[in-house]
Amino acid sequence: MSEPLKDFTTVVPYWQPRVIPVELASATDEQLEAMKVTVSNTKIGEYTLVLALDPETLQQRTPLFNGIMYSRGGLSRAETELGAVAASVVNRCIYCAAVHANRYNELTKTETVIGSIFEPAEDSELDARTTALLDFATKLSKCPSEATKADAERLIEVGLSMGEVLDLVLSASLFGWANRLMHVLGDPLPKD
Amino acid sequence: MDIFETIVVKAAGLTSDSPLKGVLTLRSDILELTENSHEASLRPIQPGGLTHAERAGLACRMAKRNDEAVLTRHYETLFGVGSQAVANTGFDGGDDARLKAIIRHTDLVTTNPKEATADDITALRSAALDDADIVRLSELIAFVSYQIRVVAGLRLMAEVA
Repeated sequence: MSEPLKDFTTVVPYWQPRVIPVELASATDEQLEAMKVTVSNTKIGEYTLVLALDPETLQQRTPLFNGIMYSRGGLSRAETELGAVAASVVNRCIYCAAVHANRYNELTKTETVIGSIFEPAEDSELDARTTALLDFATKLSKCPSEATKADAERLIEVGLSMGEVLDLVLSASLFGWANRLMHVLGDPLPKD
Repeated sequence: MDIFETIVVKAAGLTSDSPLKGVLTLRSDILELTENSHEASLRPIQPGGLTHAERAGLACRMAKRNDEAVLTRHYETLFGVGSQAVANTGFDGGDDARLKAIIRHTDLVTTNPKEATADDITALRSAALDDADIVRLSELIAFVSYQIRVVAGLRLMAEVA
């Protein structure tokens, strides 16, 4: 069996659960409902099948996740992904970092921003807005949070609206949640 | 649901005359789902092997580990028999092997999730938690970690609004 990945990557790994997932064939009605299984949607990922072991939280979590990551208005899709990446780097969740770094690169058609997050270099030159956004999300992801009023002021200075700040708070916080599931309940393995 | 009655908005000290009312209202669906997730994590209809009292104690302990005084007090209002001991950060579970494993895992994943490994899941299984309880515990820790950061972020927003 291949060894779990230890380094950040933009290639999405395979997530191997450390607990036994629900088997679709023997899932309860409540588990099926929480997984939103429909006749046309019988291919459910391992992660969802693991979370279905606690259907009450999964039932709320899926719409919450989609609402924060994909709702219209406010922070752009790409910058919402950046909040997720910042949290995933703090928590060293290789799987979440890969998925959301990959999406960020697809959305922005550039790899330099993620490159300088994964391998910080002295001469990396992120623009002021990206830097302020990453700093805030990184500090908010620490335990306890290290984000300060000055960090929030910086977001406003570089042009974020209050609605965009809220979306950044929600995205970074959401990955304080997601990382604690993904990184704790499974291993990221190279896809062969 | 009145968003100004939700736990995160109240804990951040925001009231309906806040200048943030507009932006919060635009995300009222998220705030509502956050409140529902609190119920599902703290007071689930089917708590499995993790009682409501244990959940309140663990959430309170997590709030303390994050220096989050307002949510610490909120979780104290949910206390049942045994919560007080679990919430005491000086208590490690004592002679109760199951509780000791739960507390150790909660502290680790709350403060330093990057250090969690497969061995930590094995340790929970060795302490007689089944896989469903391991997921329930993980969701509780994960939700409270999210909630604490939302509150911290909302407070900073209020300071600069």
